[in-house]
Amino acid sequence: MNWLAVAAIYKFEMSRWFRTLGQSIASPVISTSLYFIVFGAAIGARMGAIDGVTYGAFIIPGLMMLSILNESIGNASFGIYFPKWSGTIFEILSAPVSWGEMLLGYVGAATTKSVLLGALILVTARVFVPYEIAHPLWMLCFLLLTAASFSLFGFLIGIWADSWEKLQTVPLLVITPLTFLGGAFYSIDMLPSPWRELTFFNPVVYLISGFRWSFYGVSDVPVGYSVAAIAGFLVTCVLIARWMILSGYRLKR
Amino acid sequence: MSAVLQTAPRTDEAIVSIRGLTKTYANGFSALKGIDLDIRRGEIFALLGPNGAGKTTLISIVCGIVNASTGQVVADGFDNVADFRKARARIGLVPQELHTDAFETVWATCSFSRGLFGFKPDPAHIERVLRDLSLWDKRNDRIMTLSGGMKRRVLIAKALAHEPSILFLDEPTAGVDVELRHDMWNVVRKLRERGTTIILTTHYIEEAEEMADRVGVILKGEIILVEDKTTLMKKLGKRELALHLNEPLAAIPVALADLNLELQDSGSVLVYRFDAGGEATGISRLLNRLGGEGIGFHDLKTSETSLEEIFVSLVKERA
Repeated sequence: MNWLAVAAIYKFEMSRWFRTLGQSIASPVISTSLYFIVFGAAIGARMGAIDGVTYGAFIIPGLMMLSILNESIGNASFGIYFPKWSGTIFEILSAPVSWGEMLLGYVGAATTKSVLLGALILVTARVFVPYEIAHPLWMLCFLLLTAASFSLFGFLIGIWADSWEKLQTVPLLVITPLTFLGGAFYSIDMLPSPWRELTFFNPVVYLISGFRWSFYGVSDVPVGYSVAAIAGFLVTCVLIARWMILSGYRLKR
Repeated sequence: MSAVLQTAPRTDEAIVSIRGLTKTYANGFSALKGIDLDIRRGEIFALLGPNGAGKTTLISIVCGIVNASTGQVVADGFDNVADFRKARARIGLVPQELHTDAFETVWATCSFSRGLFGFKPDPAHIERVLRDLSLWDKRNDRIMTLSGGMKRRVLIAKALAHEPSILFLDEPTAGVDVELRHDMWNVVRKLRERGTTIILTTHYIEEAEEMADRVGVILKGEIILVEDKTTLMKKLGKRELALHLNEPLAAIPVALADLNLELQDSGSVLVYRFDAGGEATGISRLLNRLGGEGIGFHDLKTSETSLEEIFVSLVKERA
């Protein structure tokens, strides 16, 4: 195992993040604060509690997921796309680095950034809404698994994309709608049929539901389903990433 | 440089061995058609070839950037696929394009390269490399602030950060000025003196002529020639003797028709061509016979075919 290479890639990615720390942190914190002000304070004040949880507190897990998903994908996809675009990928490809080490370095750094950001959003939410975390260890577990699996997904997008436009397409056109429609702002029970049934085909529902359960002990779907869904997604992404790196798909000429 | 590198002798033993290497792209284009090539330990090997001949593809496969279709590459005793860690750790690559991390400092990017290749931090080694390449004063500068020539040096420093025993230089002096080119040549010579095996591709034949021990010519994905540089120049090179005559000649005298002579400049210059590698040049016989024919001359000049002319004629022959 080339741990020194993993450390080199990880450190490189983290230093890139720290170089632009202001914009890396300010943007998601400001947008999350706006959500809390608009949905939590303004609209939420007129809404009743959902499953015994005030609306302002109810949306915290969903909002955290929204930011973590976007940041994980954005960071990891940029991390691998930029060296591809600038040509510096030649050094990674010519180094004694295996597919697993490459993933650990790039995805590990993107996961770290997302988890730090999640923690920051949690602290920010405290300014607007009081909340308690029923299962802190599970919350951390969901946070880590989600950040890691979506960083992996972002890594795949970064390899797949051959233009800056494509790099933006998936987060904008797929992830954001799925998150909004995945119960970030409402309970699935509130949807009429057939939308309620259709929603269960949205994988993000399982993430948000599981994450919300770790906060308030209530969920739209059984927690086991949520864990299985994230684990399944993670394994699928690892297998695809392995194939991409070993075959050189859009990495090697 | 490490003690190992400093003591490595130049031998006939192959440090890079390439066998039956082919590369066919998805569109059917065959970039390499069965390359067999041995690079000797400690030598400077120049790979020459026109654009699109397959030079960069060959280097890229050896370094792991491109997957081969078939064939095998062994670097310092290790297969570059089965034993990719050991093989790649021994290889350094300086690419043709100036691909650098613009926002990183020179020191950080070199340290990154060393770690990437699985080597523990060694600030003393990085310092030595940067000093050798006249980059020490720039160590804290961001790469984006450096000139093109300096960026080229940074790429060399990155490639040397993990003390490779084999260094690939893909067009190392493309786009650099004459002074820097000579500096680069000195750097390459120093590396060779320390035992690093160097494989360079170049468009500047002068560069190969100046530095290489052996020359390989690749054309349309095939190695058409591998030869010791001096042997090649002797074998394929021609020399000529130009005599500036006192009186112009209308034609070559019949008595001299058996010699390889040509008249130029309206008959005022008589050119005699002979093999550069031949033991007997035939010059004294020529001069005696000219004296016998009463042909006088006031000046003479000899010249030798350059590697460039040899290369051009080889490529034309095979085209």
